Amino acid sequence: MPELCGIELAHPVINASGTYDAIAARKVFGDALLDDFPFAAFVSKTITPEPRAGNAPRRIWETPSGMLNSIGLPNKGLEGFLAEDLPQLRELPVPLIVSIMATTREEFARCVERVAARREVAAIELNVSCPNVHSGLIVGENPSETEALLQTLRPLSEKPLIVKLTPNVADPAAVAAGAERGGADAVSLINTLKGTAIDPATGAPALGNGYGGLSGPAVRPVALEQVRSVRAAVGLPIVGMGGIATGGDAAEFLALGAAAVAVGTENFRDPRAGSRVAEELESSLRPVRISEPALDLD
Amino acid sequence: MTAPFGRRLCEVARNRDSGGYRVVSVIDREGPEPQAGQFYMLAAATGWGAREGRAFLPRAISVAETRPAAGGGVRLDFLLDAVGPGTERLCDLGERDAVWVTGPLGNSFASPREVSADAAGAVLVGGGVGVAPLALLRRRFAERGVPHRVLLGFRDRAHTGGLDLFCGSSGVLCPDVRLATEDGHAGVQGRVTDLLLPILAGDDARSGVVYSCGPPAMLEAVRTLCAEHGVAVELALESPMACGFGACFGCAVPKPGGGFLRLCVDGPVLRGDEVEGVSHAYA
Repeated sequence: MPELCGIELAHPVINASGTYDAIAARKVFGDALLDDFPFAAFVSKTITPEPRAGNAPRRIWETPSGMLNSIGLPNKGLEGFLAEDLPQLRELPVPLIVSIMATTREEFARCVERVAARREVAAIELNVSCPNVHSGLIVGENPSETEALLQTLRPLSEKPLIVKLTPNVADPAAVAAGAERGGADAVSLINTLKGTAIDPATGAPALGNGYGGLSGPAVRPVALEQVRSVRAAVGLPIVGMGGIATGGDAAEFLALGAAAVAVGTENFRDPRAGSRVAEELESSLRPVRISEPALDLD
Repeated sequence: MTAPFGRRLCEVARNRDSGGYRVVSVIDREGPEPQAGQFYMLAAATGWGAREGRAFLPRAISVAETRPAAGGGVRLDFLLDAVGPGTERLCDLGERDAVWVTGPLGNSFASPREVSADAAGAVLVGGGVGVAPLALLRRRFAERGVPHRVLLGFRDRAHTGGLDLFCGSSGVLCPDVRLATEDGHAGVQGRVTDLLLPILAGDDARSGVVYSCGPPAMLEAVRTLCAEHGVAVELALESPMACGFGACFGCAVPKPGGGFLRLCVDGPVLRGDEVEGVSHAYA
């Protein structure tokens, strides 16, 4: 049975943060969602210290084999999440991973302590695609910022800390190495690629925020290469994601050494995509890890 | 009633012309009968992504009519205007083609009495491809004996898509339907709000509820007129939507006090006072 940082998974497929609202989905589809839950672990939408309304529309824009989004992390804030959402997420039949983001190390620490203290939380994913307001640097774009953040957070909990890496850097492996030095248990990648589009009807940027993040099958080769380079640089388990729509796509990430994979944008097209990818993966030939030597038939 | 979990492959039974639009009928063997105002996420099983990688996401389309299907399940009729790669492919679907269907999704129109305790009647106001959910609503009101009038606006003779959804089996326009056309070829010359205004100005206007769906500018005009006359209104809105079940947070509609609604799970039917305004920015 696959496992991630000691968390046993029924299959290697989880969801990408921010691409599935299990509470809303349960209202739409009923308890059939729980009977046939699509993911081996559930990753929450990113929680911030205070509530956020999210960005002004327009928030999404379809692109060739993908989409841009500029959602802006709408969420109830840490206390709202703990009081209202966590009791409902506890009813999911799989381990729960909570994604958090903050703009200071102190706020990050407060979120980790409050979230990790809840028994129903199996692991924490750190969304570091945000600025540190003190340094002005985007944490996940900077190896030493990432290392320092992990050094702050590592002593606060024994629960696994997974660092969600941004692809919008020249050398993601260097940031992954910073996360490893700081004491992270795993890395997950990729987050969305920065992108923009012009609305032909107006001649202006299509998204209300001016730019957004690109996801979907269009980004998969980029994601695969980043997983390969991170795998070569660090020993941490990797949750690979970026444009996975089929079991064959997932097998590519596993072949590069990912311990688990996450489905994101494909969930929007197929609410059962996680189960389908897992089933397709199971029925396909097990991929041969490229790091293993070829069998000598002589 | 919840939607079956996941998407399912359904077969196209028919694709016919309707005044410049298409009416595509799909046989859904598993899903429940939808309510007026609800929508489905649709994607062709083949040829989706055929034009430079688009369409990629499924399209949210409200149901215009539904009937029990021979052999079980329901027939779902969708009114479609080919405005981009997704709707173009859906308009192109042939008989027996397969289409991915998720739904029924979202809320539905309420009865006049559910909207306002002293309301008894309904005024349906539609324009363009937005007449679709009002066709099913009109039939439901007629069957339940809810007094109603239907006001529809069309641009010109070449743009009367969906009008036949308001005709009886004899092909004659139902007597409760009045038309406004901008070229004056049928009904009164002008806009659908020209038909609505005298009704709202009438003594008994507050005994009715207005139900509307159409282009953003028309919806905003209807919303404003109803607010000015103190008449309750339900609006079926549209918004860019990737998933339809609350996952993507793309279909944000501003609330009057700040913050946003998710149109897919909080709507698509919203009361006029639940939205800040209807704008092209999110519709």
